[in-house]
Amino acid sequence: MPKSILIIEPHKTMNYFWQELWQYRDLFYFLAWRDILVRYKQTAIGIAWSVLRPVLTMIVFTIVFGKIAKLPSDDIPYPLLVFAAMIPWQFFSNTFSEAGNSLINNTQLISKVYFPRIIIPTTAMVVSLIDFAISLAIFIALMLWYGVMPDIRVCLLPLLLLMAILTSLGAGYIICALNVKYRDFRYVIPFIVQFGLYISPVGFSSSLVLEKWRIIYSLNPMVGVIDGFRWALLGKDIAIYWPGFLISIGISMFLFVFGLIYFNKTEREFADII
Amino acid sequence: MGSIITVENLSKRYVIGHQKQERYTTLRDVISHKIRGIVQRIRHPLSPNREKTILEEFWALDNINLEIKQNDRVGIIGRNGAGKSTLLKILSRITKPTTGRITIKGRVASLLEVGTGFHPELTGRENIFLNGAILGMNRVDIKKSFDEIVAFAEVEKFLDTPVKRYSSGMYVRLAFAVAAHLEPEILIVDEVLAVGDAQFQKKCIGKMNDTSQRDGRTVIFVSHSMTAISALCNKVLIMDKGKLVLDAPTQVAVEQYVNYGNTNQLSAVEWCIDKAPGDDVAKLLKVAVLNGKGVVSGSFERRESIHLQFEYIVLRKSFVPLVAQIQIMNQSGICVFMSIKPHEEKTEYGRCRYRCTCVIPAKLMKEGNFQLDIILTTPMREVHLHKKSVVSFKVNDSVLRAFYFGPIPGIVRPDLIWNTQIVSQGE
Repeated sequence: MPKSILIIEPHKTMNYFWQELWQYRDLFYFLAWRDILVRYKQTAIGIAWSVLRPVLTMIVFTIVFGKIAKLPSDDIPYPLLVFAAMIPWQFFSNTFSEAGNSLINNTQLISKVYFPRIIIPTTAMVVSLIDFAISLAIFIALMLWYGVMPDIRVCLLPLLLLMAILTSLGAGYIICALNVKYRDFRYVIPFIVQFGLYISPVGFSSSLVLEKWRIIYSLNPMVGVIDGFRWALLGKDIAIYWPGFLISIGISMFLFVFGLIYFNKTEREFADII
Repeated sequence: MGSIITVENLSKRYVIGHQKQERYTTLRDVISHKIRGIVQRIRHPLSPNREKTILEEFWALDNINLEIKQNDRVGIIGRNGAGKSTLLKILSRITKPTTGRITIKGRVASLLEVGTGFHPELTGRENIFLNGAILGMNRVDIKKSFDEIVAFAEVEKFLDTPVKRYSSGMYVRLAFAVAAHLEPEILIVDEVLAVGDAQFQKKCIGKMNDTSQRDGRTVIFVSHSMTAISALCNKVLIMDKGKLVLDAPTQVAVEQYVNYGNTNQLSAVEWCIDKAPGDDVAKLLKVAVLNGKGVVSGSFERRESIHLQFEYIVLRKSFVPLVAQIQIMNQSGICVFMSIKPHEEKTEYGRCRYRCTCVIPAKLMKEGNFQLDIILTTPMREVHLHKKSVVSFKVNDSVLRAFYFGPIPGIVRPDLIWNTQIVSQGE
């Protein structure tokens, strides 16, 4: 006898959301696996590219901000200061832009098969995690080279990664849902990524920001994430601005929850308008 | 046995914009539209709101009620735009209903297209897992039926080749094989069988029939092929313009559909360019059935030749010629024959309007009603246009036959060359 009863109505409740996600976990796994496979099959220099990109950016930033502008680095080798910020920033920008276009790129799937749509932008995040791991490995090599040792705080790295995940997924969910509805959002995505790189403390230390502006500066959740990564990775000399950090955490969580709710609200119309 | 699917008062509304041509909206358009609206209001505060005239409602499904019992194999038939696909999309939860309620008891898998989610860069093996997961199988199920899928698709040798190197036949076979091994309680299938070759289609229908009888599976099946419907289904729903017209056993419904519902009575039809069927490469503009004098006619004697004439426009220059094809379908939905425009004729590379005339010789057709399908494809079988039942014509046989007045078997009735000789004189 059939076990499950399914009711289809114009208005969907969130009741089954988590249960359904669990049911479709295999699909999530296979889609992530597909994206990873395809990514490293198509680009001949797949992994090399994941190594080169952060390294080149780090070199440019070190020269521009460290050597030419001579910004202070709190006694940390400038490349390390930049790279510790590059790790979460690149994770964010990859996830955000991949997730943002993910629904449009999977039009075929969305109009022909049912599954919780949230899986698609979320897989984009999993792919970015691979690049994240590669960057982290390079960073460890850099630390050995400069002889800088992290202290016990490095144990909090997973939590900081979680914060980066929440931020980028939250922003990604919102932008991809908007992108389905209004196609010109695909032009907004590269702009946000570009702009964000300069307003977030990637090339410089956020201690450069004037004390009275720091709270406002922390409204950008990536400020908290980046500061957190530096604090956890670069050892005890780095201090963290706690009020700002807490605000960033709050904003990250809000972004994620809001993104999730917004996505779920619009999800069922995707097939009609995509 | 209780019903496994209950549909109550189901309706689906689409809002269609009349003025915009784009397939999707942009925020820029929405904003400029709103601003224009506001400016309009300020300048002419008393004029009626313009906004409303632009949008029009369209009910793709209109108050559908139905029940499907376990182990039913239900066929859905109806003309294009009758709402069949919309119903399937709602049943498979791809799109939401506007009103109404559906209760489904059991696990649903739907197959609205062959090979959804196949990735050309991945190998056959990888695609089996991916496609299986997309269709709702879990890892254990796929592993269990992996060998069976491979054997069914007959692609053992090419398992580790990227599917982009597969022939189109192999591709379709693999995609079907995965789908055929789905084991849900309810299987929803849209007209996907049309792409495979006939032998493979038969194999698939056989497989669906087997599992549904053995495991008590429920199948919902949309098709234009009455042969497939008759082979698989025990019950048929006829839909027209979003409404459910008939819900009856297969034989009754198919007969009724073939005799009344389906036949397009037009013998000539013409479109203006922006409403014409086709895609951005080629569009069909005009179709007519003519007699030997070049006059539009819907009714022919068997001794007359039938001239099928159609005009189409090629909008984009291409490196490959377009190939025009016709298919003649009889009342039972069986393809009587198809004909492809021969190669040596002027080929369609350029942006021109073309007129093709194809003559069905006299004394070939059997009497009855026939429908004409027109197809434009590239030699690589990329379909730019496939218009079903564009026009119809009737063939009569009013010549007095000597003694026999009953029906004559066969699909065509050609006059063949007979030659009788007396070999030896009788004893």
